[in-house]
Amino acid sequence: MIELYGTKLSSRLLLGTAQYPSPAILADAVKASCASAVTVSLRREMAGGKGGEKFWSLIQSLRLHVLPNTAGCHSVKEAVTTAKMAREVFGTNWIKLEVIGNHDTLQPDVFGLVEAARILCDDGFAVFPYTTDDLVVAERLLEAGCRVLMPWCAPIGSALGPVNITALRSMRGHFPDVPLIVDAGLGRPSHAALVMELGFDAVLLNTAVAKAADPIGMARAFGKAVDAGREAYRSGLLEPRDLAVPSTPTIGRAVFQ
Amino acid sequence: MRLLVKGAGVAGLTAAFELAARGAAVTIAETRHGLGGNASWMAGGMLAPWCERESAEQPVLDLGRDAADWWDAVLPGHITRAGTLVLALPRDAGELDRFASRTSGHRRVDEDEIALLEPDLAGRFRRGLFFPGEAHLDPRRAMAALHEKLAESGVEFRFGVDARHIAGFERDIDCMGMATGDERLRGVRGEMLILRTPDISLSRPVRLLHPRLQLYLAPRADHHFMAGATMVESLSTEPVTVRAMMELLNAAYSVHPAFGEAAIVETGVGIRPAFSDNLPRVEAHGRTVAINGLYRHGFLLAPAMARRAADLVFDSDKPVELADETDGQRRSA
Repeated sequence: MIELYGTKLSSRLLLGTAQYPSPAILADAVKASCASAVTVSLRREMAGGKGGEKFWSLIQSLRLHVLPNTAGCHSVKEAVTTAKMAREVFGTNWIKLEVIGNHDTLQPDVFGLVEAARILCDDGFAVFPYTTDDLVVAERLLEAGCRVLMPWCAPIGSALGPVNITALRSMRGHFPDVPLIVDAGLGRPSHAALVMELGFDAVLLNTAVAKAADPIGMARAFGKAVDAGREAYRSGLLEPRDLAVPSTPTIGRAVFQ
Repeated sequence: MRLLVKGAGVAGLTAAFELAARGAAVTIAETRHGLGGNASWMAGGMLAPWCERESAEQPVLDLGRDAADWWDAVLPGHITRAGTLVLALPRDAGELDRFASRTSGHRRVDEDEIALLEPDLAGRFRRGLFFPGEAHLDPRRAMAALHEKLAESGVEFRFGVDARHIAGFERDIDCMGMATGDERLRGVRGEMLILRTPDISLSRPVRLLHPRLQLYLAPRADHHFMAGATMVESLSTEPVTVRAMMELLNAAYSVHPAFGEAAIVETGVGIRPAFSDNLPRVEAHGRTVAINGLYRHGFLLAPAMARRAADLVFDSDKPVELADETDGQRRSA
């Protein structure tokens, strides 16, 4: 169970809905993953929000929380307009805020992100900002009114997994009470398990499942990995030691070496 | 048997051919005043079931592998059997491995072999995949030729009429795509360009892999090329967007900078009718047999669908439920 903007979600896995072989496979994958929420892009996949009602009703028929996103928006104005459109289309004030700074790497434009977050938070949106692992940007987003942060662990769609674990640890350490969702860059279930072991509250991913040879099987695998990582975190992980330590006491030795 | 085929897209034309070949008296009714303007008209015309298998399910390969034979038999001279060349820019080289692992019927080609296949691309790409069993055609010429052939064989064409209000036939074959109003269908918008340049020639469709986009260039007669096609979950028939056009032009330019000097002859938008599994269906409802949901596989799957529809019309006891088969295959995949 995780609480985001006052809404309790049963699972710590959020799935994107783009790039699947078909909507039917998307629906089966979402079910297999036990994800509690799905993101949906209004702009990039759907011609500026016109005429995509069939796909949206299919998303809504999954009966999960819908987190619309502003994927493909490169400016504050675009992102704010798309967020408002999403609120009307999906009847939710949740918005995953993406302001893209680089067309190639899809790296967030953190300056525009903070500005857009301020506008949308003031307008009553529950903003889920897609950001980097930069602590100062994170603070600015919290100041702007965000109550959840979504740092990347690697560029969108790269499947690299956590490339800067130190930064992720430090983010967790600095914001112990803010729900942190790792968004973007996860390639394998073990990556998801790893960030959950670090104490992140949830993960959001898309490409790693959608472009797998069997998206349904991969979705199930990610669901298990997220659960495993979370449970491991709560159970207290053994920190690595320099020496081999026998798990049964050594009898008959008088001296510790 | 007197039959009415509703719709003169690729589904309607191929169905009319199969039905007429089995002795039916066929009339085709089409709302538009000619062959153009539908999704088939905007199609790429690639008969590429092995490549499509990268994202499509197994039935697309099973149903599509004989498509080139069908077109070759029906319209000799219209099919080019030269395979498909799949390329990636150096920084996206990993995409080639991913594509190769998801598909069959290909072999790896190096710089020399790419130069042999497509001399104009010599030295531009170091690695690629070649799918020798694939073929392509020009959809517009193929539709026009099929129209002519059907008309000569006695099939009656009625253009500019609302097919929904024509009665007096024993059976209807509904090939109207989105216009049929089936609630299960959704539209997947595709945007395309037609370019013209005498500076470069290609013998076969070239697919350019990219982490986020699926783009191809299909050669047409008289130095024309079709660049396609976007995939957008939308029914919108608004003109092509700047972003889509930039992506398509970028892809063409990446394949060869000579496309920078090409003329943009046409931009087009088509709406692909699709069911939620992106697989086609042939279904009988009372007197009507419906072919729909060809998605991005019109020319590839229409022949198989036409044969199934003809089986249903002429042998109603024979169960033809594609949906069941495909559900089973998806679960066992």
